[in-house]
Amino acid sequence: MNELKTKIRIDNFNFYYGKKHALKNISMNVPEHRVTALIGPSGCGKSTFLRSLNRMNDLIEHTRCDGTVVVDNVNIYDDAIDVVELRKKIGMIFQRSNPFPKSIYDNVAYGPRINNIKEKKQLDEIVERSLIRAALWDEVKDDLSKSGLALSGGQQQRLCIARAVAVDPEILLMDEPASALDPLATTKIEELIHELKGKYTIVIVTHNMQQAARVSDFTAFFYMGEQIEFDETKKIFTMPGKKQTEDYITGRFG
Amino acid sequence: MPQNQLKKKFRLGEVIAEKVVTIVAFFSLAMITLIFVFVFRETLPIFYGADAEASSVPAQIEQQETYGGEGVQEVAMQSKTSSHDTEGIASIDNLTGTTWQPVSGKPKFGIVPLVLGSLKVSLIAVLFAVPIAILAALFTSSFAPKWAKELMKPAIEILAGIPSVVIGFFALIVLASLIQNIFGYQYRLNAFVGGVALSFAVIPIIYSITEDAISRVPGSLTEASLALGASKWETAIYVVLPAATPGIFAAVLLGIGRAFGETMIVLMATGNAAMLSASLFEPVRTMSATIGAEMAEVVFGETHYNVLFLIGSILFLFTFVLNAIAELFVRQRMMKKFQGI
Repeated sequence: MNELKTKIRIDNFNFYYGKKHALKNISMNVPEHRVTALIGPSGCGKSTFLRSLNRMNDLIEHTRCDGTVVVDNVNIYDDAIDVVELRKKIGMIFQRSNPFPKSIYDNVAYGPRINNIKEKKQLDEIVERSLIRAALWDEVKDDLSKSGLALSGGQQQRLCIARAVAVDPEILLMDEPASALDPLATTKIEELIHELKGKYTIVIVTHNMQQAARVSDFTAFFYMGEQIEFDETKKIFTMPGKKQTEDYITGRFG
Repeated sequence: MPQNQLKKKFRLGEVIAEKVVTIVAFFSLAMITLIFVFVFRETLPIFYGADAEASSVPAQIEQQETYGGEGVQEVAMQSKTSSHDTEGIASIDNLTGTTWQPVSGKPKFGIVPLVLGSLKVSLIAVLFAVPIAILAALFTSSFAPKWAKELMKPAIEILAGIPSVVIGFFALIVLASLIQNIFGYQYRLNAFVGGVALSFAVIPIIYSITEDAISRVPGSLTEASLALGASKWETAIYVVLPAATPGIFAAVLLGIGRAFGETMIVLMATGNAAMLSASLFEPVRTMSATIGAEMAEVVFGETHYNVLFLIGSILFLFTFVLNAIAELFVRQRMMKKFQGI
């Protein structure tokens, strides 16, 4: 673990919804170009933690946090940080696929266009590259003008991944990206995650422990807002250090 | 389970409730139909009366379309003859004339200045109301902090509840002088003042429907856009507004309908002179204000009376068509957008 470069360093991170203390003293080092899975029962704070990494929680009123989240030596909670620029570096995939009611092409080109890329040729290249990267190109290359909403659930989710990678992020946050999909589509997404980690640092929240075991290199187990254990996935699933972790992954509670 | 338990039962309350609801629903439908029939029936005598002249009408219209010296003579001649022929009745060319003098020895029922007056005032009102209402809706739904939203939405919607006569009164007493002082034109009451006052009645309609349309845009789309590194403003312009377009379009159409049909405000604030002018600061007389002002004094069953009903029919048709377009357009576009057909 030592030879891996740390991409995100979280130190004593606390998060509050009003009076509710939702995340308690979270500290971990998320390694670069690896998949880190966050597991734990519902309401344990794993999604809140994920959304703290690109400051999506800023959108919710009456929340506050302390501690630091350092990405590439920059504390993203620093007052001088521009949230909009930050989110260009840290892409996010949501639990339910949410393509815009626009064509497939426009969905993928949305981010680049926001970044002032206007030239048609350049946009075409980005769209093609992103769709190839999201393993969707072969299925949609002939009707890029079709509405993104006309695709199947699994294709929509891959479209969202293509849309996210089109702005060239360094980190991808995935919030249960396959929980609304059938097993076949899930397999595709998992294979995709495997390929993507060569280029991106991925943090994924999942309810499905087999999925965590299959796709991730590191796993953090959350319970009641606390980080119980964070280690290599292999270790967490074969010889967990804590009793609670063992109980959870063997299905004794959760 | 014994079979008699599963036997069909007659539920009296259920049947009665269903019938009552059905009757009430059809009652409102019947009301609308009856108003429709009544308004159109009172319009018809105009066209019966014109029947006798029907053969000469097309020729006269053609003549009117010629310009130059010769044409002027012909028009002058023709207007003499027609005023002789049509004394007391409204022929097509009388109706399409540019003079509205319903009460005179030779009444003239030219509704053109009224139609154009309505269009002019409505256009001014809509040009004012649309940007204000849409930006206000965008602000309250996408940018405003919660307290501002909770203050603004009801406040603007209460504006819709202000009786139009109060808005008209305000325009007549306060707004007219204010605007006159700013622009320094001659007539205190004119199309511009009327249009601005009218926009007070139109803004809440457009605002409230637009706000609903924007609020119905799924939050997941906003999140997706923000997570891609779009600013709030970019998200509002490129994601939220396009997704809400059908609703906004409907809001604008309904706003135009309201502007077109509104009577009291324009009656009080536009000066009510049935004149043709391209200037914004000249008085105008709208269709609705004409009905409002003249219907009480007209002789029942006379041509003037029928012509007022014709104006009513035109108003009715106009708003009907607008509503129909709004309905159709919104339904189809919404389906397309959110189901990906």
